[in-house]
Amino acid sequence: MTAVATLVTAQAAPQRIVSAIPAVTEILFAIGAGPQVVGVGSYDRCPAEVEDLARVGGLIDPDIEAILALEPDLVVPYATQRDLISQLESARIPLLLYEHGSLGDVLTTILALGRRTRRSAQAERVARGIEQNLAAIGTALTDRPRPRTLLVIAREPNSLRNLFASGGVGFQHDMLVLAGGENVLAGTSTRAAQVTTETILQLAPDVVLEVRAGDTMTEAEIAREAAVWQTLPSLPAVREGRVVFLAGSDLVIPGPRIASAVARFARALHPDAPGLGQ
Amino acid sequence: MTHDRLAAGRTLAPTAPPARKEGVSSRTNARWSLRRRLAVAVAAFGSLAVLAIVVAPLIGPTPIALGRVFDRSVPFADNVDAQIFFIARLPRALAGAVVGASLAVAGVVFQALLRNPLATPFTLGVSAGASLGAMLVITFGVPLALGGVPAVPIASLFGSLGAAGIVYAMATLRHRGLSTTVLLLAGVTLNSFFSAIIMFVQYSGDFAQTFQTVRWLMGNLDVSGFQPIAAALPLTGAAFVMFATLPRALNLLTLGGDSAASRGVDVLRTQRVAFLSASLATGAAVSLGGPIGFIGIVIPHLVRLLVGADHRIVMPASACLGAAFLVTCDVAARTVMAPLELPVGVITALTGGPFFLWLLVRRR
Repeated sequence: MTAVATLVTAQAAPQRIVSAIPAVTEILFAIGAGPQVVGVGSYDRCPAEVEDLARVGGLIDPDIEAILALEPDLVVPYATQRDLISQLESARIPLLLYEHGSLGDVLTTILALGRRTRRSAQAERVARGIEQNLAAIGTALTDRPRPRTLLVIAREPNSLRNLFASGGVGFQHDMLVLAGGENVLAGTSTRAAQVTTETILQLAPDVVLEVRAGDTMTEAEIAREAAVWQTLPSLPAVREGRVVFLAGSDLVIPGPRIASAVARFARALHPDAPGLGQ
Repeated sequence: MTHDRLAAGRTLAPTAPPARKEGVSSRTNARWSLRRRLAVAVAAFGSLAVLAIVVAPLIGPTPIALGRVFDRSVPFADNVDAQIFFIARLPRALAGAVVGASLAVAGVVFQALLRNPLATPFTLGVSAGASLGAMLVITFGVPLALGGVPAVPIASLFGSLGAAGIVYAMATLRHRGLSTTVLLLAGVTLNSFFSAIIMFVQYSGDFAQTFQTVRWLMGNLDVSGFQPIAAALPLTGAAFVMFATLPRALNLLTLGGDSAASRGVDVLRTQRVAFLSASLATGAAVSLGGPIGFIGIVIPHLVRLLVGADHRIVMPASACLGAAFLVTCDVAARTVMAPLELPVGVITALTGGPFFLWLLVRRR
């Protein structure tokens, strides 16, 4: 999947931008177009400036009325928001569509947003910064063995039921690979794979990496959730004490913080590798 | 109660529909035939259930060696085959049996209690209450755990019992006795009301939580251990003890409350026991496996098509067939798309539905 950039009209730099998805909002602020953003999605929390902006719904429930009321001259919907797109098109509002399949798409979107907001230089600086940071992580991990990792993205609280892990496609899989891990589910062609206890036992991951979208996890929470894994004592990850919890929106938003998120993954997978920063 | 049951027994044989259907003329014949039919049905459906429970743990995407599974010389912590068998497969089969049997019999009881063939264990809001409980815990992360049982099953059990309590209170509050009409209306209304709250809770949660709650609604038997089953068993056991007292009275109740009362059935008491036991069984089943659909309606009707309408046979036969059916569906759920898991609720509906339709058409 690649990022799709459609220019409905392309004249002057837009002055009233609406972004309904966290990743795009972060990118716009990162490339210096923040002052032009007038509306953001319900789930947008980053950067802090968005707290004061109007909310326009989210991926599944965009609020077309709120968007139109903001009189935007650029809206950046996700490519699957078809109803929203056709409504905005009939209202003749300029659009820039995008889709984040893989991690590479994030860079494409950054550059596309840069061109559209007349901030190509800044966008290129941001994109190049991400590329350099990822390359540095790659260098730091050269010749290191890749631990076979189960990247857990969701499960029921204090049980292993309804467990979803990253399959072999999507930006989280890409992050895991760039962080020097081998995805035990690399063979599945789905982003969120529901796996059974039997499959986990059979895959026998060296590391279990659990990501949570919330800002923090308390020590008690981590202890409680880590204890759940003791029911599968044969897993190398359980025996070696390599069940790791990471919390933060940067881990689940394919935006400009992606390189530092990959570095967090890398530090979790290779705690003794030098040159991965803090 | 003993007196009532005796009275019911005396009058049942010549008038009950199944006996008539089989063309049995004398009372002695009817009794003998009932016992024989019961034995045949329980033997047939029971062996299906046992077969499913025994075979299910042997099937799975990973080849395991049975010799190694039971090899005591290898420590359990090192024995992957044993762990796959005892953690991943056997608990699932047992959980499937408990949930399948509970939902099937609860379906039979609700259909008789409400005298409505479309009633399911979920008609009276029990599953909506359970779903709401589960949803609240998943979305707001209540750190609730009792004796090692995780928060989601506990919350869903409380939700289901709460819903049953509300519906029961509504149906008894301003009526002498238990009004099944009010019971049905209150249940259906509570279902929609709880669904509205569920939608609101989902709306307030973030994307991952919404996804998780939607997935919970499709049912899942991957209990990864015996503890969740052990936690549900006292409730399920209590419900089945109550079920055992019901069949004769339910036979008469299906003819109507007045006519059952005239034949010596304590109607209110029967209704209470029926409602309480079926709600308890449903609540325990949903907390163990999620609201797995279709079993509570397909299995009872399937069994009736095969053995007639006498609850003395329908109830045990439904329990066995429900168990066999869900255990089998769960084998499909965990193997068809391995290493991915399919929601078991998808399998029960996909396989049960067309088969039931075919049976309906064939019998007419």
